Amino acid sequence: MIQTLLQQIINGLVVGSVYAVVALGYTMVYGILGLINFAHGDVLMVGALVAFTAITFFQAAIPGLSPIVYFALGLMVAMPACMAIGYTIERTAYRRLRNAPRLAPLITAIGVSFLLQTLAMIIWGRNYHSFPQLIQTAPIEIVSGVFMTPVQMTTVGLSAAMMVGLVLLVTRTNMGRAMRATAENHRVASLMGVDTNGIIALTFIIGSALAAVAGVMIASNYGVAHYSMGFMPGLKAFTAAVLGGIGNLAGAMVGGIVLGLVEAIGAGYIETWSGGWLNSSYQDIFAFIILGIVLIFRPTGLLGERVADRA
Amino acid sequence: MPHDNPAAPLLQLRDARIAYGQIQAVKGIDLELFSGELVSLIGANGAGKTTTLNAIAGTLQLSGGDLSYAGSPIASMPAHKRLRAGIALVPEGRGIFTRLTVEENLRMGAYTRNDKAEIESDLQRVYEMLPRVKERLPQVAGTLSGGEQQMVAIGRALLSRPKLLLLDEPSMGLAPLIVEKIFEVIQIVIKQGVTVLLVEQNANLALGFSNRAYVMESGKITLSGTGHDLLHDPKVRSAYLGEAA
Repeated sequence: MIQTLLQQIINGLVVGSVYAVVALGYTMVYGILGLINFAHGDVLMVGALVAFTAITFFQAAIPGLSPIVYFALGLMVAMPACMAIGYTIERTAYRRLRNAPRLAPLITAIGVSFLLQTLAMIIWGRNYHSFPQLIQTAPIEIVSGVFMTPVQMTTVGLSAAMMVGLVLLVTRTNMGRAMRATAENHRVASLMGVDTNGIIALTFIIGSALAAVAGVMIASNYGVAHYSMGFMPGLKAFTAAVLGGIGNLAGAMVGGIVLGLVEAIGAGYIETWSGGWLNSSYQDIFAFIILGIVLIFRPTGLLGERVADRA
Repeated sequence: MPHDNPAAPLLQLRDARIAYGQIQAVKGIDLELFSGELVSLIGANGAGKTTTLNAIAGTLQLSGGDLSYAGSPIASMPAHKRLRAGIALVPEGRGIFTRLTVEENLRMGAYTRNDKAEIESDLQRVYEMLPRVKERLPQVAGTLSGGEQQMVAIGRALLSRPKLLLLDEPSMGLAPLIVEKIFEVIQIVIKQGVTVLLVEQNANLALGFSNRAYVMESGKITLSGTGHDLLHDPKVRSAYLGEAA
């Protein structure tokens, strides 16, 4: 019994840490622009597919390297590719709409999401690509009856490292201080000599780099990558960001982990609870039930300070 | 920047016009500031004073006319580059970053600087000048009183080492004792060789301190002269100092 619970907690942490990393991208952009970048999930998908192509290429071009090296090479190609895409999205789609009515950038974001999916479909096709399993997927027993695979450990480790890195960047550096200042007041930040357009572009670039890593981790965990794989993680991560209080970095991380745990534990017990009427493929309902409950009783999210008043 | 001739103005507005959409807020003004001066811009609400300051700082664009600083045209320069060139604005309503700490707010003022040791010594100088700010360094700035926020805003602007400091209603809504303190700080700043352009509702106070002053009325400059002259001008006294003509 307790093993099942522990096992589901571990599964939840793995999924939740990925949600948290993606949610950071949503929340950073919302914090600085008041915009929900619905294309963020698709940046994750591009990251996974670019890594897939890069890994396949390097395996053919320089065979015989350790799998970890291929994995790292894949990440090293996917991250700059996504950073460039994030920058391009901001520069071409959102910047000119900065003072437009709030619905315009929202609809544009959905449009960018479709655009990225369609482009990916043209480039990589409609098929599922089997993503190279470069990190061991054989489960290791960590406590008796509780298992964790090396790829899961890598996922949690990389996510934690990125979250710590981002928090340090935002709280301890001049650049991070400028990001927080810009988030609070663009005009006054520019009076301090901050190039606010640069800071906003940077926010997209950082968020997209995080999404690239998340995409590679999701693809590694499930062993597949395809053009629409960004939709569900994107939606969940957005939910996590709202759950934690959108615009708030700590909130995105807490929201991601909480959402991952609720889903995994819910999936583990839903069959028992519903007397076999529902099974674990209904796990997605938990995310949205929890979101509904939190928003009814705490409209600003778990750690949020402001009501999300812009689209 | 070419600014060798001491007789040339540090800042010059020529026939400057500023519009919000269709509405002309500033309708062609000429204004000059010379190095080391304290000049005030007085006038009623809605006369265009804040608009003028914002256009000098670069957060608003001119819709016509010229703006030059230290001999070069800067009308198309973005705000963040004007700060690097030495123009700092303490905006109306102070513009404190309420979610940053007091110390972070002050350090934002030094954002464009890389001289660490000098920044630390400038911070110490600000603390000496504004001892009440020093007591509140780790506090989130939104929790400060209005007077303390105004001092943080001025200290923050000074940390950029401006050549030209623009102050927008620094006394607004503050108790007389704090206003007095703020004007003491302005005096110190002037002694350090900074040129100051001050927008004030409290004309009596502003004119008493100023070398020169401009009076604005519905988007135009209607009077200018030395602070002393304007203080004794019957039109100014009746319009802005609450005296019967």
